[in-house]
Amino acid sequence: MNKEHKIRVLVAKPGLDGHDRGAKVVARALRDSGMEVVYTGLHQTAEQVVEAAIQEDVDVVGLSILSGAHMTLFPRIRQLLKENNADDIVLIGGGIFPEDDMDELLQKGDAEALFTPGTPTEEIVKWIKDNVKKEGAGTT
Amino acid sequence: MFNEEKLKKIKEGKEKWEKETLPKFQNRPAKFVTVSSKPLKELYSPLDIKDLDYEKDLGFPGEYPYTRGVQGNMYRGRIWTMRQFSGFGTAKETNERYKYLLKHGQTGLSVAFDMPTIMGYDSDHPRSVGEVGRCGVAIDSLADMEILFDGIPLDQVTTSMTINGPASVLWCMYIATAEKQGISSDKIGGTIQNDILKEYIAQKSWIFPPEPSMRLITDIFSFACDHVPRWNTVSISGYHIREAGSTAVQELAFTLADGFAYVEAGIEAGLDVDDFAPRLSFFFNSHIDFFEEIAKYRAARRIWAKRMKEKYGAKDPRSLLLRFHTQTAGCSLTAQQPENNIIRTAYEALSAVLGGTQSLHTNSMDEVLALPTEKAVRIALRTQQIMAYETGVTNTIDPLAGSYFIEALTDEMEAEAEEYFRKIEELGGVLPAIDQGFFQREIADAAFQYQREIEENERIIVGVNEFTIDEPIDTEILKIDPDLERAQCERVQKVRETRDNDLAQRRLEELKKAAQGTDNLIPYMLDAVRAYATEGEIIGMLKEVFGEYKEQPIF
Amino acid sequence: MDIVEGLLKGDRRALARAISLVENEDSRKRETLQQIYPHTGNAYIIGFTGSPGSGKSSLVDRIVGIMRGEGKKVGIIAVDPTSPFTGGAILGDRIRMQEHTEDKDVFIRSMGTRGSLGGLSRATRDVVQLMDAFGKDIIIIETVGVGQSEVDIVKNADTTIVVLTPAGGDSVQTIKAGIMEIADIFVINKADLPNADRTRTEVSVMLDLNEKSSWRPPIVQTVTLKNEGTDILWQEVQGHKGYLETEGLLSSLRLARAKRDIEDHIEHLIKSRVWDQVIGTNMFEKAIKQIHNKETDPFSAAQSILERISLDNKD
Repeated sequence: MNKEHKIRVLVAKPGLDGHDRGAKVVARALRDSGMEVVYTGLHQTAEQVVEAAIQEDVDVVGLSILSGAHMTLFPRIRQLLKENNADDIVLIGGGIFPEDDMDELLQKGDAEALFTPGTPTEEIVKWIKDNVKKEGAGTT
Repeated sequence: MFNEEKLKKIKEGKEKWEKETLPKFQNRPAKFVTVSSKPLKELYSPLDIKDLDYEKDLGFPGEYPYTRGVQGNMYRGRIWTMRQFSGFGTAKETNERYKYLLKHGQTGLSVAFDMPTIMGYDSDHPRSVGEVGRCGVAIDSLADMEILFDGIPLDQVTTSMTINGPASVLWCMYIATAEKQGISSDKIGGTIQNDILKEYIAQKSWIFPPEPSMRLITDIFSFACDHVPRWNTVSISGYHIREAGSTAVQELAFTLADGFAYVEAGIEAGLDVDDFAPRLSFFFNSHIDFFEEIAKYRAARRIWAKRMKEKYGAKDPRSLLLRFHTQTAGCSLTAQQPENNIIRTAYEALSAVLGGTQSLHTNSMDEVLALPTEKAVRIALRTQQIMAYETGVTNTIDPLAGSYFIEALTDEMEAEAEEYFRKIEELGGVLPAIDQGFFQREIADAAFQYQREIEENERIIVGVNEFTIDEPIDTEILKIDPDLERAQCERVQKVRETRDNDLAQRRLEELKKAAQGTDNLIPYMLDAVRAYATEGEIIGMLKEVFGEYKEQPIF
Repeated sequence: MDIVEGLLKGDRRALARAISLVENEDSRKRETLQQIYPHTGNAYIIGFTGSPGSGKSSLVDRIVGIMRGEGKKVGIIAVDPTSPFTGGAILGDRIRMQEHTEDKDVFIRSMGTRGSLGGLSRATRDVVQLMDAFGKDIIIIETVGVGQSEVDIVKNADTTIVVLTPAGGDSVQTIKAGIMEIADIFVINKADLPNADRTRTEVSVMLDLNEKSSWRPPIVQTVTLKNEGTDILWQEVQGHKGYLETEGLLSSLRLARAKRDIEDHIEHLIKSRVWDQVIGTNMFEKAIKQIHNKETDPFSAAQSILERISLDNKD
């Protein structure tokens, strides 16, 4: 019997920011939609996030950043994913991002989607389901 | 308080009203609940407060049980302190912002530190990259603190510092800065948040595990008692618990439970309760549900006064006072149509004042997007000033007392808080409850429930799920110059190079030895700070002795 | 990248991908497992079970530190429950192992039970083999701690450790019967709490009453917050390993496991080969209707269907 590929998402809190209300609410919503969510815990370095993403073979890495450090963290994590042959992992984010920072990150490909305050969790779930390939592993 | 005969007539009248008049009117299809999902009745009457005893339950302002206010004449004597939480970039930028705010009528200072400072890292630590000066001001050493308060005489203004894990270090820097201004520590006034219990529960900017953290706190109590008597040593906080998603009752109960835990810690450390309790202060959230918040503050005062007197045997009336600072709810603000936030903040500020707050911070409209611009923070300050000088709410003390609704709600919240106290006691107290994830679970459940209600349109948030517009968010926001990070790194490196390094290292060693023993650490820390040891060095060294805390996350 | 090649060379991404293949029952699963199988048999497997809140993850975190100090390469499988209603899961065990998340020789994989009734994922056994072939010296499996966790763990581990705490009604009286039988080592974690000694005594008494084999499970007291007792636990683990080796029990354990493996695979093959020929066929639908109309009984219908199918390999 062939089981359906379950979407695996890494919800990460990189940097020193300790506000995890949003990350936890999103994690719960993703679980309720049938996904497997690996939560990294707080105060992660970029290296820890990428290592977790690789070991857990996630489809998506979601960064929760409310501290203003996004212009440093997104490019760094994208870079590390590239260096580790894991560039096919979808990188998204939730938190506080000024409009022009968002444009820059999205244009450069350092993030594929960014969700700002007030976004319904439903929207995030739908985006992931629409943008993650169903076959997942093994196509490289 | 009411005549038995009259009550009987009212009861009959109400029943008649419910049977004959009310059914003629159709209700809207809404849920009539508070923002905490607490259901409310359509009508409150004397029947709801028939057991209310004026002397026992309300009393008079400035007198036990302080339900109506902690000061005898409240705002007739002194308007609440207008204290806007503020800080960004380096000490120089923040110093300018402080002068701006003081010029525009702010009456007290409040320092917001950046994440590296909050977590005990110097600006040039690898973990600080990209975070320096972004959510607050970067303070690495006494040198920065001196710049922060340059031109601001510390005997003429009180300062609140929002700092927890490394509170002792920043406090020592403040004391040393005052010294440099020629002001002795018994003349300075202010507050350090220093509430580590709520860090484990909600804000999550912890450093050390609970035991050594409590030791630092009791060291601060003791030092303040002897040397800094005008200082509020803890700001027992509910704000962050609420921001993490709790209900109003949870905010009330968990905050007071933390407060009792600190009292017990102080007593256990051998201090007399009246020696430190008068300097404990509180910090509450003011969320958007107008009446629930007012009832919350009144219940808080009454609960604290009763317990301090009956359970902890406090004799000094000042130990029974629940004095608090309030901040309007950040989590109630929206990114969409940010101007709406001015209105939200105004309503929230009003309930704080009608609830009897001693000090108030009003959020700026752009704070969902970034740290506030000058214009936005000026409007926030004006909100308080208009309230203070134009609306007349300061003319009479505790104006809503006697309202059937408010008194019933105050009683209800007190009773529900007591339920939580029982539960916490059953778990063994606050620290074991934290260990078992009790608070975290309650908060996570409440947060998830709230989000669900919004997404199912059971709860309307203007501009977000109703009354939306299609325009992109177009507000001018504050940008932190990324070059400031580099400049700050250079500055802290220079401090390390130009100080008497042998002295600094010696002081750090002495502090380390004291940390391994049982001496009060504050004098050692002061010595280290005066020798320009950096915050990162001091905290790093204490981490070696105390270890670091690891969380057990609850969903 | 060829996954098997990468895995055998020590590429962490390849191992991670292989684990996903196996978990998702990908069509390449069998081939992958067949190719790595000859490279298994070197790792020592340790299972941790105990109720949620007993501190299993922190204990694992500490003991891995000791293992790393001895240069051992470690793989960790951390299992959390999958929601039976939504099929989703929050996997949060990594959080307690922060120290090792950047260590290249520690591989942590979080797995949901995905419908399995035991405390482990159905794929656990296969994932252990993958980590074994990858070159791990020690593989740690951490169960969910509820349900049939004990039964599953003992099938998979060489040494099984049961973690208890003195707090939270963990009184040995209320502990499920299975625990006493399967534990090779008992740990009383959070041993600085009151009642630690009483819990220890209770376990001791239960062991006295249950004396069976020549191995009497030691009871180790730990306080993970202060990193106390973990070194003793490690010594006991090595002690148990030594015992298994000297008594020739290690090889019999592994033989039993091999036997179970092949039994499971045969069962699985039989099931899938049979059902592939039965589900959705007219013959099956007709049989259901006939039973319903009482034209035949379920036993006769089943017999008749089986007579018309074959167990030959159709691939």
